[in-house]
Amino acid sequence: MAQITLDRIAHSFNPKPTSEADYALKNIDYQWEDGGAYALLGPSGCGKTTLLNIISGLLTPSNGRVLYDNNDMTLLSPEQRNIAQVFQFPVIYDTMTVAENLAFPLVNRGVERSEIDKRVADMLQTLELADKANRRAQGLTADEKQKISLGRGLVRYDVSAILFDEPLTVIDPHMKWQLRTKLKSLHEQLGHTMIYVTHDQTEALTFADKVVVMLEGNVLQVGTPEELFDNPAHTFVGYFIGSPGMNIFPGTVSGKTLRLGSVDVQLSKGYSNLNGKIEIGIRPEFITLTSADKAGPQGMKFDLESIEDVGRQKIVRGNIEGVTVNVIVSEDSEIPSEPYAIFDAERVCVYQDSFLVSGDS
Amino acid sequence: MSKPYNNKAWLFVLPVFVLVAISAIIPLMTVVNYSVQDTFGNNVFYWAGTEWFTEVLHSSRFHDALGRNLLFSAIILTIEIPLGICIALTLPKKGIWVPVCLILMALPLLIPWNVVGTIWQVFGRADIGLLGNTLSKLGVDYNYATNVFDAWATIIVMDVWHWTSLVVLLCYAGLVSIPEAYYQAARIDGASKWKVFRYIQLPKIKRVLLIAVLLRFMDSFMIYTEPFVLTGGGPGNSTTFLSIDLVKTAIGQFDLGPAAAMSIIYFLIVLLLSWVFYTVMENYGAEKQDPRVEQD
Amino acid sequence: MLELAGVNKQVGTELHINDVSLKMERGSLNILLGPTLSGKTSLMRLMAGLDRPTSGDITIDGKSVVGVKVRRRNIAMVYQQFINYPAFTVYENIASPLRLSGLDEKALDEKVREAADLLKLSDYLERTPLNLSGGQQQRTAIARALVKDAELVLLDEPLANLDYKLREELRVELPRIFSKSGAILIYATTEPYEALMLGGQTATLCEGRVTQFGSTIDVYNQPVDITTAQIFSDPPLNLAKVEKTDTALTYGKQQFGSVSNDLPNDSYTVAIRPHHVSLSPSDRYSVKLNAVVTTSEMSGSETFIHVETEQDHWVLLTHGVHRVNTGDAITLYLDPSRYYIFNSAGALVRSPTQNSDAA
Repeated sequence: MAQITLDRIAHSFNPKPTSEADYALKNIDYQWEDGGAYALLGPSGCGKTTLLNIISGLLTPSNGRVLYDNNDMTLLSPEQRNIAQVFQFPVIYDTMTVAENLAFPLVNRGVERSEIDKRVADMLQTLELADKANRRAQGLTADEKQKISLGRGLVRYDVSAILFDEPLTVIDPHMKWQLRTKLKSLHEQLGHTMIYVTHDQTEALTFADKVVVMLEGNVLQVGTPEELFDNPAHTFVGYFIGSPGMNIFPGTVSGKTLRLGSVDVQLSKGYSNLNGKIEIGIRPEFITLTSADKAGPQGMKFDLESIEDVGRQKIVRGNIEGVTVNVIVSEDSEIPSEPYAIFDAERVCVYQDSFLVSGDS
Repeated sequence: MSKPYNNKAWLFVLPVFVLVAISAIIPLMTVVNYSVQDTFGNNVFYWAGTEWFTEVLHSSRFHDALGRNLLFSAIILTIEIPLGICIALTLPKKGIWVPVCLILMALPLLIPWNVVGTIWQVFGRADIGLLGNTLSKLGVDYNYATNVFDAWATIIVMDVWHWTSLVVLLCYAGLVSIPEAYYQAARIDGASKWKVFRYIQLPKIKRVLLIAVLLRFMDSFMIYTEPFVLTGGGPGNSTTFLSIDLVKTAIGQFDLGPAAAMSIIYFLIVLLLSWVFYTVMENYGAEKQDPRVEQD
Repeated sequence: MLELAGVNKQVGTELHINDVSLKMERGSLNILLGPTLSGKTSLMRLMAGLDRPTSGDITIDGKSVVGVKVRRRNIAMVYQQFINYPAFTVYENIASPLRLSGLDEKALDEKVREAADLLKLSDYLERTPLNLSGGQQQRTAIARALVKDAELVLLDEPLANLDYKLREELRVELPRIFSKSGAILIYATTEPYEALMLGGQTATLCEGRVTQFGSTIDVYNQPVDITTAQIFSDPPLNLAKVEKTDTALTYGKQQFGSVSNDLPNDSYTVAIRPHHVSLSPSDRYSVKLNAVVTTSEMSGSETFIHVETEQDHWVLLTHGVHRVNTGDAITLYLDPSRYYIFNSAGALVRSPTQNSDAA
């Protein structure tokens, strides 16, 4: 197990990069603490898998250094770094049994037979695969195969880190739950440093203690799930996290007053010296819909477009003063026929040129 | 993606059936017809029953030829399959050299059998051939026309030169279809090159390899043109394989009955051995996949 | 109208489709929901005519289409993989079904541009698929299905290979885009949430059988049996095997609330949705249950708490952030009016009382 430091990492797939656009990763500095559970979250092409492969050593970065416990590992191979990695598609050795698959990395490292048997037996128990130990791995289901891929990393007790590259992509929803929870409890039990790459916010947020949100080769924000939800540092983070994402629309803010079309909304914080492009962000969870008589001065007329009943909640789509706004209401609540929207003043975020501005209270 | 099941697709196969019927089944029936009769010419036939079969099966000439065939196929498979795999493993998987390598590999396959024979016949001659001349200058007493070992070696080299490419191309196609993640996972698991081959590459190319083995077996077992062009089955009878013997019996001696019986036995041996190869390799470690499960 | 009547499909000794009967109207959105290998793709292939049913009939507007060549039928299909003509531009990809129909150039151009506009591809018409993102490639495939004006549009997990956020957007757009076309739209998915987002009607599939077919939200709220309920829940349902004596339910040794006495005394299975388990008591949430925390996951706005009750693994979905540690003993509170109760044969005998104030 190790602390992993990324020191000014940049990477280009073009051997002679000429402009910044040629870089898949642009100057990434970050320290992954020993034993932490991290997620790298971002859309396709943001560079998250590239970064993961640089950490594991499958890829050598164009610039910068990778340190494990302050030892420079930049030019070392994955074996030398002693890491484990689980890929999007389960990788299993078809001709081996489940137990042989799990033993494989240990056999390769010349671990004693008695020790191998003990660890494999343990791992079969942990992964709930004991009854299939002597079956060929080929005929198993996708989630069982993925458990084996994971197990091959976990049997090596001393791995520096376990890296996951969208490991639940090919797994059915019900099994996703089980595997995800399994991962979480394994992390608690074994305390390995784990880095998990995904485009799926639910997976990232539920798995990780800290989530790194990436876009176009840059890190936009690193934070706990709560921080990302409550205070997205960038409009993209607000949009990308949450389902539906944060409502983001232009507005004018002066002091503690937000002006939206013809309506003034009082904010809990004051903002001064704003310039550039100003946008307002509010999550659909923090807007309430009420009837005209209960709306009060903060209420804004909400033109209702559609209501999607998704079971445990309803997603209400409509617009306020011409801007599209989504609202989430709980399954039991009633939606008035002529709704007015009220923002939770505490939860309004103000963005200047896409970045969060912290107000003065 | 699985392929659509549609019974009408059989109609497409119909022309092939007709063709096979005309080109194979009817001649085969003629052969069967000959094999159970005797004739002294003039289209007069006498019923001979299984006499020819018994005769052929008991003749030492047939045994010797069969032995040569089996030995030849065994040598060919032992050389061409591992060599083909090795070459396929060393070919680049991407980049500008890929098409160049593939074209070079495919070249020998485009040359007709008799031309291959003639090329090597000339190439190996001690007086004017580059190979034969070089060898004799080096002091090697090489002469395929008189020395049994030299004749065999020349035919084997010829076949290896001509057909290893086929194995290479088939294996290469299998190798490039293995997803990169398998290699990455193996590196992370600390697998050696040999283990990567043994546990990833070999299982993944097993099916194409089976086809390669079958094709090479059937083809080498039916070897005819090369020894015929090179030495006509000699020196002595040392390269008289079943096919050459067959032709000698049928056309040289005009013993149609024994020749027909022989060709049927020959055909059955090829069929039987191919089937054995197929079943053994197919059952070796094959667990049936549910056809509805998509392969990654 | 597309109608399947007693359709079976046997492959070897396995029954891939087992006695399926469905009716789907023009202009409707129909979702096939079920796990991998439940028969969604097999059923779509039968509808498309790519496979022939072993028995049963498939009709469109009363006319049997069994045995009619796929080429002769007006069908569009979109797959999980992004399938486009790699050498064609986006424009030509979208235009390809129209070229086959021999439409004149002006009408063709109009249709292509309209479809491209709907699917936000107008800026990429001159590119080839390889120079597009996954989302754009799939939009191209969808646009091609759209311009075809097919009577039957089959979408087989079309969003499965796309990013979460793109999925979210397309889920909202797709029903809108196709609703105008008047086609019978069939959409296969493994994800309950996707079905709920899309709305329309849902057929739940399990081992080749359709367990229920009806309006999506009704199937979700009123599953006819426990299989349907389980297929249609993500996170998974919490199950409790209970004994009923008179009005009282007991779960292991614990009291499990009371129900009216119109059900016979017997063993039942109670299913409770994860968001219907509370960590604090209230008038409604009156039933107490002891449990031990196994893991907790926080998603920023919600917390999933996995617990071990006396007999079962359960999961709770609670609003806000709740910090609990593995091994903590906690008390759960349940609302008996939220219970789904299934009899020993698995059939629903009681569903949660509908809230009168729910819209």
